This record gives sequence, C-alpha cells and structure tokens, in this order.
Amino acid sequence: MIKKKVLIKIVLQVITIAFFLFTMFPFFVVVINSAKSSLEIVTAPIDFPDQWSQLWFNIRTIWTSDSIRYASSVYSSVIITTLSLITISVFSAMAAWVLVRRKTGMSTFIFLLFISGLIIPFQVVMFPLVAFFRIIFETTGIRMLREYHGIIFAYIGFGAPLAVFMFHGFIKSIPVELEEAALLDGCSKPQIFFHVIMPILKPIFVTISILNAIWIWNDFLLPSLILGIGQDVQTIPLAIAGFAGSFVKQWDLIMTAVLMAAAPIIVGFIIAQKHIIKGMVSGSIK
Amino acid sequence: MKKETKDKVVFAAFLAPALFAFVMVVIIPFFMGLYYSMTDWTAVVGRQVNWVGLRNYQNMFNNVAFQYSFFRTFLFSFLSVISINLIALMFAFLVTREIRLRNLYRAGFFIPNLIGGLVLGYIWQFIFKEVVPAIGGRLGISLIENLLLLSDPNLTMFGLVMAFTWQYAGYIMMIYVAALLNVPQELLEASEIDGANFWQKFRNITVPMIAQAFTITSFLTLVNSFKQYDIIVALTAGGPTAIFRGQVVDSTELLAVHIYNVAFKYNRMAEGQARAIVFFLMLSVVSIGQVYFNKKKEIEM
Repeated sequence: MIKKKVLIKIVLQVITIAFFLFTMFPFFVVVINSAKSSLEIVTAPIDFPDQWSQLWFNIRTIWTSDSIRYASSVYSSVIITTLSLITISVFSAMAAWVLVRRKTGMSTFIFLLFISGLIIPFQVVMFPLVAFFRIIFETTGIRMLREYHGIIFAYIGFGAPLAVFMFHGFIKSIPVELEEAALLDGCSKPQIFFHVIMPILKPIFVTISILNAIWIWNDFLLPSLILGIGQDVQTIPLAIAGFAGSFVKQWDLIMTAVLMAAAPIIVGFIIAQKHIIKGMVSGSIK
Repeated sequence: MKKETKDKVVFAAFLAPALFAFVMVVIIPFFMGLYYSMTDWTAVVGRQVNWVGLRNYQNMFNNVAFQYSFFRTFLFSFLSVISINLIALMFAFLVTREIRLRNLYRAGFFIPNLIGGLVLGYIWQFIFKEVVPAIGGRLGISLIENLLLLSDPNLTMFGLVMAFTWQYAGYIMMIYVAALLNVPQELLEASEIDGANFWQKFRNITVPMIAQAFTITSFLTLVNSFKQYDIIVALTAGGPTAIFRGQVVDSTELLAVHIYNVAFKYNRMAEGQARAIVFFLMLSVVSIGQVYFNKKKEIEM
C-alpha cells in the first residue's frame, strides 16, 4: 500500500516535469535562436548557438532599428498600460460604489448598461469607433487617433464593464454601517470613498490590475486601429507587427525582437509572482 | 432637500468618468454600427451615406467565404474549448498534489499567458516552420521532417489550437486550482476510507464541487476562441488556401479575421460591419446558451 503511494507520487512528479518542459520549450527555442545569425538559424534551429556573443549583436540591431524603436515603444507601452490601469480601476470603483449605494431605478439601468458591455465584442464597435473618433476631431478639434489620451480613453471605456461588475459585487458585501459611522464623524462622501472604501477594495484592485495589465500590454487590434502601425506612438505589439511584416524571413532578428518584447512582462511577473498568483486565484472565484 | 441635491451631485460626479468613456467608445459606436450595417458606408469622410436596408446581410449569407469562415470558427472554438479545458484541468490536478516545486510548475504553466497573441504567433510560426522539421531530421523520422503544418489546410487548424492552448491553458488552470482548493479534504479522505477509487472520487466529489468553475472556464474559453484574432494574424495570416464549394477560401480566416479583411482588405466597410453585427449575435446566443445550460447542470449536481 505504502509502496503504491510512493509510486503514484513519482509518476505524478515525472508527468508534471514533462509538461513543464514542454511548456517551457518555446521559450527555450526563442532564447537559443536569439543568439544566431541569419544563416545559422535556418541550418541549425535546434542547436545551441555557436557564439552567445551574437545575442548582443542582435539586441543592438533591434535596439537601433528604425521600425522597432525599442526604447520609445517600451516607453509608450508603459505609459499607456499604467495610466489605463489606474484610470480604469479608480473610475470603475467610483462608479460601482455610487451604483451600489444609491438604490434607484436609474442605478439599476446604468449597471445593466455596463453589464451589456461585457458581451459586446470589440469587432462590432471597432469600425464605427474609429469613424466616431474622426468625427470628434472634425467637430471639436480634439484629436483622438494616434494620441495617448485617445487610446487611454478607449481602454477606460472597454475596461469599465468588467471592472464595474467586479467592484459592484464586492462593494455589496461591505456593511453600510461603516460608512454611516464615518459620516457621523464628519467625513464628506468623497472622503468616505477615498479613505474608507478604497483601502477595503485593495484585493480587487490587484486582481483587476493584473487582468488589465496582461490585456493592455499585449493588445494588438485596438492599438493598430487607434494608433496605427508605424506611427509616432507605437506599443510593443505594433512594433513587432511592423517589423516582422517587413522582414518576413529574418528569423534571427524576429526571435531577438520577440525575446525583447516578452522580457519586460516576464521579469515583472517573476518579481511580483506571489501577489499575481494570489490575485488570480482569489479573483477568479468571486 | 439640500442633502438630497448634494447626494445627486456626488452620484453624478462619481459615475461620470467611467460612464462617459463607456458610452463614447462602446454604446454610441454600437448603434452607429447598427445603422452603418444597413447603408453603403465606406468610412470616407464627407461621402454621403445611403440607406440600403438588409442588402449587406443578404450578401453575407450568400457569400461562400463567410459560410466557410463561420464553420471553421465553430470548429476552431470546439477544438479549443476541449483542448484547453482538458490540459488546464490536468495541470490543475498536478499542481494541487503534494509534489515537489509545485509553485514553480504553477508559475511555469501560467507564464505563456503573459505572452501576447501576436508575439506568440510568430514564435509558433518559427516552431512549425523550422523547429519541427529540424527535430524530425534529427530523429530520422521523415514524416515529422516533412511535416509542413502551416501549408496543409487540414492541419493548420491544429497548429492554431495548439498555440492557443499553450497560451490559455495556464490561465484556465488558475481557475480550476482555486476551485480544487475549495474541495473539502475531509470529504475525499472519508470516501477513501470507504474504499472509493480515484475515478469514483473524481466523478462523485470533485466534479460536482468544481461545477461552478466549469461554467466560468467554458464560458471564457468559448468566447475567447470565438474572438481569436491576434494569434491567427501572426501564425497563419488566414492561410493556407483551400477549396470550398468550388471557390478558393482561406482555411484559417476565422470570423474575427474575416470581418477585418472584408472591411479593410476588400474595402467593403458596411459589409464588414454587417458581419460584425451577426458575429455579435452569434456570440451572444452561444455564450448565453452555454452559461444557461451549465447553470442548470450545476444545480442538478
């Protein structure tokens, strides 16, 4: 009986390691092939590189590439992702709080309107959205396309439904007595929200931020329509698409570009791993 | 009275930023799209838009490429939902056992989810085009060496499913992990004492306890496979071509890609928009129907 248990344990361990190696294999492929020349990569794609120093050469090529503009693309991605994360979370929490606390038909209607946004796929609004942004520019002179504020505004609109939904569910479980006590102490409504409610919402903030960070950092279709490929402001996925499109067979440089595109978010994940896994697990069962 | 007015001001002020953005980028474009789908809209600024009724919709249903894309999308979604959920459930089982380094494995299985579909598509394109034949050559298996997965319309779909599973199974695993950790250990131990085997425990305790998670995971995998765009663009760009009802079609041009191509590649914006509306309707029916069906099952269990 004991022997059988030990055997099962070993078998499970071996299966897990096999799956783990299989999952890691594509990363391995990217790393070894980032350090190859254009000839070496097609003749020996599964061998270790002749010279690892080629990696620095390739990285320099990508770093100085005019179409990737690596530093500026990372900068744009960071700006767009962080500002969108913060605004989506704060604005959605504010909206969800007043929607929960003010029980009127209007609140219910607006909440349902947000929920309807959960089932509207991006594809159905993308063409009119671009047209609408153009109309806004023509009528008000406010440029929305190819600008940071335009894409962040779009992310708030697309991110709000899920965030409002999650905050709404959580805020419902916070006792009103807490707010009434603060009210008696002379707090104004906004003070109550920012000093009493926001700290309680922290775990949901973490979960929503993780989900949104993965989405926005990697998003391709929306930025390709709003920012455009090869324009002044471009995110990492746009840079990769522009580059891989122009060098179809330059696998050595594409692999290096892929490595450099994936590195920031993987490093970020490894640093904050504990919080992310906890946030994902606790957030998924609401 | 004064307090009520003040409350209303706070209500409006707190609601305004999120609601304004949401209405501007989702609600208004949604209704614009509904209108454009029944016109000859071309997105050219200043050009007059004429009402054409349901003509765009009629063209769509008679269009062979659309019909083909429609079936292929369902096929892809079906295969993806099964593949992703099976792998994810297995991952979740493994990383909730008492094995060494399980946190490392859990993180490792999740990491591909951090890679965007576009970047991931290029990685797998390289794997299918260069790495797989090289491995076949090294092993001396000519079947693998000559396997050009991305040039065969029947096989390319599996390549897509594989790449998507690699990306998404780790995320779905997290949801299963959360559910499995909620299964009371006493229950499993008690049944073990009563002599239940692995399969009986799984069937009668674990499955009913994670039924709720299953509703969420199948919803997420279904919706996300149906909407898949990024991976396809980078991995296959819609190809290779196939023949369907006597016409040349793109074998992996699934609906999301099809809609984009009709609008931009063939410059038929209004027709693309009409297809997007139908895409939305189908997605709603399929996903709501799926949740309804699973919720009913959940209660039965």
